[in-house]
Amino acid sequence: MSQVTTGEQRSIFSLFNFIALIVLGMGVYLTYLRFTGGLAAVTNLSDYNPWGLWISFDLLCGVALAAGGYVTSAAVYLFGMKKYHSAVRPAILTAFLGYFLVVLALQYDVGRPWRLPYPLFVQQGTTSVLFEVGLCVATYLTILFVEFSPAALEWLGLKKARNLVVKLTILLTIFGVVLSTMHQSSLGSLFLIAPSKLHPLWYSSYIPIYFFVTSIIAGLSMVILESTFSHRFFAYKMDATHLKEANDITLGFGKAASYVLAGYFAVKVMGISSANNWHYLKTGYGMWFLVELLGFVALPSVLYAIGVRIKSTGLIKWTSVLAVFGVILNRFNVCLVAFNWQLPPDERYFPRWTEIGISVFIIMIGLVLYRFIVTRMPILYEHPDYKDAH
Amino acid sequence: MDQVFYTLQDFMTHTESVTYLLVIATLVGMTLFWLFLTGKDED
Repeated sequence: MSQVTTGEQRSIFSLFNFIALIVLGMGVYLTYLRFTGGLAAVTNLSDYNPWGLWISFDLLCGVALAAGGYVTSAAVYLFGMKKYHSAVRPAILTAFLGYFLVVLALQYDVGRPWRLPYPLFVQQGTTSVLFEVGLCVATYLTILFVEFSPAALEWLGLKKARNLVVKLTILLTIFGVVLSTMHQSSLGSLFLIAPSKLHPLWYSSYIPIYFFVTSIIAGLSMVILESTFSHRFFAYKMDATHLKEANDITLGFGKAASYVLAGYFAVKVMGISSANNWHYLKTGYGMWFLVELLGFVALPSVLYAIGVRIKSTGLIKWTSVLAVFGVILNRFNVCLVAFNWQLPPDERYFPRWTEIGISVFIIMIGLVLYRFIVTRMPILYEHPDYKDAH
Repeated sequence: MDQVFYTLQDFMTHTESVTYLLVIATLVGMTLFWLFLTGKDED
């Protein structure tokens, strides 16, 4: 393996490793409980609430927050914005790990992981939106693996294989954008089947468009956020190009996120108008809807715009936290808070601590894998053998 | 906006009218917002 060191070696006895060990240990125990005792052993799921935290957070939020991969690669390879090139590999890595963890989390919810290929190869439900989501996620995860592989192949010193995969970049990017457009919106389409269960302020025939547009917001904001964390914790791994391009990436992605947020705000208001749902705004759910729309859509749009105008990368970075939280809140609202809104309070769902524990466990697996890869493979720097080669 | 609609025609006329006005406001607003966002790009 061609080991390139651009910084000092770190001790394995760190606070992060200590916390990771505890969380992973807890996760293994909860996994044992889940797969030996079934859903009832670790969740509060019921026939009324068959989709809980694992679907709303691990799956819906996970897929949305992994959108940075297709957004960044489309910007660089399809729209020719080469000045953002250094953001591609970290974004693809985050997306690849994000989708991998989505599939992993799904195993906890669905159970019987050995039957994972059944919907694709044994019994296809071709009339179901969920079948399309499954097909897209499986294909896109494969594409993300291939898109990520040049970094691993450079690390392993497999030049020929690496050069072959790099030649496929444009094709993979086009596939990635098409598949992401399909399944990001289809995750919203899943709720079209339940107009009576989802509160009218969140339900709309435009919900696939809402999900797709918010995935772009999540993708752009996650690239900014992830770049911020990478600079904080892995600056010693970055080369001069990454450090130089960081401000351009923050300003450029902040500008795009601001404009997409403004567009999303507009289509949400049109959604209320076309269904004439104005009267719901005066209710408790309406207030909560306004908190989401004004506090986590309009406000980040304005803050991003101010940050871009005054060229304040600090403001843009803080705003990315708000925007990412806004997308998470939206998925929680659609899948949990505003779903089954007419049920009596004692029938409503609240996750058990074990469900939260497994979600934390899955996030920790992602952090450990990200750290392992970033500290070894050329993600935040260009491999010296391939300078300016892509 | 809480008025009663007696026919689908009434409902559609009302909601579509409001929505079309919002579309026009959005087109103008998004253009102005773009100018605000890119106003200092030349600097």
